[in-house]
Amino acid sequence: MNFDLTDEQQMLNDSLRRFVTNEYSFEKRSTFIDAGKGSDPQTWSALADMGLLAFTFPEAFGGLDGNAVDTMVVMENFGRGLVVEPYLATVVLAGGLIRDVGNDAQKDEYLTAIASGERKMAFAHYEPGARYNLGQVQTTARKDGDHFMVSGQKTAVIHGGQADQLVVSARTSGNANDERGLSLFVVDASAKGVKINDYAAHDGYRIADISFSNVAVNADNLLGELDQAFPHIEKTIDLGIAAVCAEAVGAMEAMNEATLDYIKTRKQFGVPIGKFQVLQHRMADMFIQAEQSKSMAILAASTADSNEKAERRNALSMTKTLVGQGARYVAQEGVQLHGGMGVTDEMFAAHLHKRLTTINLLFGDADHHLAQVSDGLLAASA
Amino acid sequence: MDLNYTPEQEAFRADVRQFLDDNLPDDIRERVQKRLRHSKDMTQRWQKILHEKGWGASTWPEEFGGTGWSPIEQIIFEEECALAGAPRQLDFGLRMVAPVIMTFGNDEQKKRFLPGILSGEDWWCQGYSEPGSGSDLASLRCSAKREGDHYIVNGQKTWTTLGQHADWIFCLVRTSNDGKPQQGISFLLIDMNDPGIDVKPIIMLDGEHEINEVYFDNVKVPAENLIGEENQGWTYAKFLLGHERTGLANVGQWKALMKRLKVVANEEQDGQRPLIENTRFRDRLAQLDIELRALELTVLRVLTDKRGPGPQASILKIRGTEIGQKLFELLMEATGQDAIAHIPDALELDYSGPRAGSIDATPAAGDYFNMRKLSIFGGSNEIQRNIIAQLVLGL
Repeated sequence: MNFDLTDEQQMLNDSLRRFVTNEYSFEKRSTFIDAGKGSDPQTWSALADMGLLAFTFPEAFGGLDGNAVDTMVVMENFGRGLVVEPYLATVVLAGGLIRDVGNDAQKDEYLTAIASGERKMAFAHYEPGARYNLGQVQTTARKDGDHFMVSGQKTAVIHGGQADQLVVSARTSGNANDERGLSLFVVDASAKGVKINDYAAHDGYRIADISFSNVAVNADNLLGELDQAFPHIEKTIDLGIAAVCAEAVGAMEAMNEATLDYIKTRKQFGVPIGKFQVLQHRMADMFIQAEQSKSMAILAASTADSNEKAERRNALSMTKTLVGQGARYVAQEGVQLHGGMGVTDEMFAAHLHKRLTTINLLFGDADHHLAQVSDGLLAASA
Repeated sequence: MDLNYTPEQEAFRADVRQFLDDNLPDDIRERVQKRLRHSKDMTQRWQKILHEKGWGASTWPEEFGGTGWSPIEQIIFEEECALAGAPRQLDFGLRMVAPVIMTFGNDEQKKRFLPGILSGEDWWCQGYSEPGSGSDLASLRCSAKREGDHYIVNGQKTWTTLGQHADWIFCLVRTSNDGKPQQGISFLLIDMNDPGIDVKPIIMLDGEHEINEVYFDNVKVPAENLIGEENQGWTYAKFLLGHERTGLANVGQWKALMKRLKVVANEEQDGQRPLIENTRFRDRLAQLDIELRALELTVLRVLTDKRGPGPQASILKIRGTEIGQKLFELLMEATGQDAIAHIPDALELDYSGPRAGSIDATPAAGDYFNMRKLSIFGGSNEIQRNIIAQLVLGL
């Protein structure tokens, strides 16, 4: 039992902290977002140069065999600076799937290119009406000679509009809600029949709706075994949950620092407003929420790589519930304590607020995951 | 980063579990697990058993007869004790006054007081709060005037938990009115058998006698019972509160209680189904389970922090007591209207009369009422938030 980072993780943390502080200012970030490209080429190649894009990949494919705790270190720092690069989409989600189920040829092709920063990818899974239910997939992939014909609609694809390739989940057998019968395919974003509606997101990210209309996908692009994708989808979403929970912790800490700074300097009634006990106690509660969330983000990162499915899913749902609630609390209180300034676009706190809010909505909100934990109690008692 | 216990720690856990299996007396286990009334005898008997094994003080260093266990081992021990149904050891001696004596007392005092705490023969209570000094503890007025080689103590202490059993009380007393209120406070150990001491019960809202008022009328206390320096008592008191707060997280006991709550939710009926099938109730249980997990991990983080527990310990007091109160709330609500009946005799082991509802209903409401104290004692949770604001956040 120990909560220490390894020396390598500590170095990673220190250099990322420096990078976010020195190279990723609030002003720069705003210009990147305004450019509407979903990624800043210089930032992305800096991340590649730092080895960040390869960290969690196998050594044989240019990586460092890193784990979810390494991802936690990265995401916490990204949360502090609200970095909006497609790291989650490319490295954690799509890259994670290729790492976990891809064959050597696929790993060689995609992981190496992701690691070098040449290629971006995204994971197209959620569908309209499915909400957060992972097994509800109506997109189909029909075998046709040495091809699969993919048709269907995906929604809320994080950085889908910036991806060169998409990892797409599709039904190859079974009914719309079956966990069995799902398969994964690597699909070129530029393939005929792929239509991408790329949107700006409130939090500075990009998000896309993507439709597939009889898209021909070579059978070589099947990722993992036919019909057996569901447990891998679950695990990838769990890695995503661990990642955004770590990001939320970084953003909560940044919000607490910004708010603390504000209430120490903002004067009303002749004194800094931080002298008022009513605000002190709320600030103390924000601090408590961030610390509790940090404990759970550590649990998530330590569990996300596990193949003990029930235990892992439960730990991740516990984490997403508590962090979702904590993020909402800190986001709301942070803006409230900033007063009128908190609701203006010029304040960093407002942007922290938006990202903390959207993190709760990603991969299942607090209610969704509370229900998972709750149903787990019922199953345990049966 | 590794959230697994090491094989050595797991082996240690197995040893503790085996010891508890072999040595925890059935009557004590039953009282604890049924949440019946605790007695002085059961606490002392259990302390004696632990002491004979050499485990009397899990938080003490070896040089004073403690186990010298690491923080993780202490946590494992506490958790196993709670899960087995062992009674909580008496904090006032072991976790509160003992660290003060070890840190600020002289050799004579260490030799004189620590063995009795360890064996459980000496029962200690705490003399901090006064009728006019609760959260504003430094305003305390109970006075100790030096006369030759004695102090003459006059005044009143209150909320003295289990003071009715006590052999000794550690007191904050006023030895000077100069300067800031904090500057004139001293830390004095007083024999409860001294002439001039009067203990009066305060009956709590659950009808139980747990706390007391203690009156001092010209009580003659030898000056050798002063800890450290005169007028430096506030420093020692703050040191002690830090120790108390870490213990107040109480994770082991809450885990044991959560386990029981899950059983109760399966056993209690909600119409034609077990209560656990009621989504509204189950969601609250799940929420609490999550919060308890977060608390457990935060305790582990704080206790394994090489910098030692600082003012962050206030988080543990706040969350630990909030979660504890919630557990008792759900236990009460799980047993429903059966919890309303108040049958004081049913809190004894030999009770065989009628009871309303299940065995879990009997103590449920009384415990719930009693546990409102959690967020009030040991520095109210509002005071803890002040501490976080001032010492952690610099407000």
